[in-house]
Amino acid sequence: MATVNFTSALRRFFPKLDTIEVEGTTVAEILDQIEKEFPGMKDYLVDERGRLRKHVNIFIGEELITDGEALSDAVAESDQVFVFQALSGG
Amino acid sequence: MNEKILVGTSKGLLVYQRGINGWSAGKPQFVGFPVSMVYVDERDGTWWICLAHRHWGLKLHRSFDQGRNWEAVTLPKYPDDAKLHSGQPATLKKVWIMQHAGHDRPGGLYLGTEPGGLFYSSNGGDSFELVTSLWNHPSRKSQWFGAGRDHPFIHSIVVDPRDSDHIYIAVSCAGVFESKDGGHNWAACNRGLVAAYLPNPQAEIGHDPHRMFACHANPDVLWQQNHCGIYRSIDGGKKWIDISGEEDFPSYGFALAIDHHNPERAWVIPAVSDEVRVATDLALCVCRTEDGGQSWQDLRNGLPQENCFDIVFRHSFANIEDTLVFGTTTGNLYLSEDGGSHWQCLSSTLARVESIVICK
Repeated sequence: MATVNFTSALRRFFPKLDTIEVEGTTVAEILDQIEKEFPGMKDYLVDERGRLRKHVNIFIGEELITDGEALSDAVAESDQVFVFQALSGG
Repeated sequence: MNEKILVGTSKGLLVYQRGINGWSAGKPQFVGFPVSMVYVDERDGTWWICLAHRHWGLKLHRSFDQGRNWEAVTLPKYPDDAKLHSGQPATLKKVWIMQHAGHDRPGGLYLGTEPGGLFYSSNGGDSFELVTSLWNHPSRKSQWFGAGRDHPFIHSIVVDPRDSDHIYIAVSCAGVFESKDGGHNWAACNRGLVAAYLPNPQAEIGHDPHRMFACHANPDVLWQQNHCGIYRSIDGGKKWIDISGEEDFPSYGFALAIDHHNPERAWVIPAVSDEVRVATDLALCVCRTEDGGQSWQDLRNGLPQENCFDIVFRHSFANIEDTLVFGTTTGNLYLSEDGGSHWQCLSSTLARVESIVICK
């Protein structure tokens, strides 16, 4: 199972936020699992068309995902996934 | 009177209440987040806000207990086949206005949004659907356009208190549209308006109303602060009359408030036109008319008169009867309790004020 780590900024909206382990072979599948663990979070990460929000970054290991539209980047069982907010305000 | 003032700022929500020692704010809520829209449904007292998170998108919240507890509400979604004139899929950019659909339509709520969608909820906001009759209006793709924003937006919604099927909306930029059948059909009603930035300033569509109201006491009287002047209609929008006053009257601005008991009375807050966007003469002034716009009186008592870079956004000026309040882009908040004759500063340290409501 992949391990998903979250920016602490999301804890303000999801107080029980913690690192989770989820099944999934793509970022899209990982997000569906995140939604099950933390209902409502997917709306914080993707827009109404399912695209990654402009100011949200998802890394697999140290690499930014490349497909923000279909979220098709592959995720392996041993991967660490990081859900961060993009830097803003300098 | 147990009035409350809800102030949505770019960094949170403040609620002012009058106490023994005057007006004061409670503990700020949603600190750090832009509160882009505030609305109080007068029918049941529900408070609504829209947050415009920079990272996490738009979020709609409501409170049934005057802000003690809030719950998230699912925002409307543009249908998959809703396209912008560019061909790109339409997505929700901003919620500009919420308006109840009439006292005889419990649970009926409208949302005016960018990029130009009007949404309707019949279940108190649990879900919303795009009003496709307006979205599919033949003018939208070719004659609606953004003003200071990338896309057109619906910022004013008027429901006739005599007939809830009779609705007006105002769009920047397109103009005013009217429906007489509950939103099934829409017609432009912009006769008399001037759009100085168009090749044909008298075009039927393409106008830039900044804010529009109808007087509750006489809903045939409509008021409009427009990009190109101040207008009033006495015949339900069939014809608009320029009431901008004398040639040097600062007729540009965003904010408008009207007296819902007296169709002759209204207030505007002038600004220097769009290239500059500061308070006129760098001095804060509210202008009031008592005669339907035939004359305007400057009201400056208690307002700063030098080095004012304040602009008052279209939803940042509110009133109940003679209690008026406005907030500015530089975080100032001013209140008058005598129809604008005297003003007091409630705060000079807020963040940019985006939206204000007064409720009882």
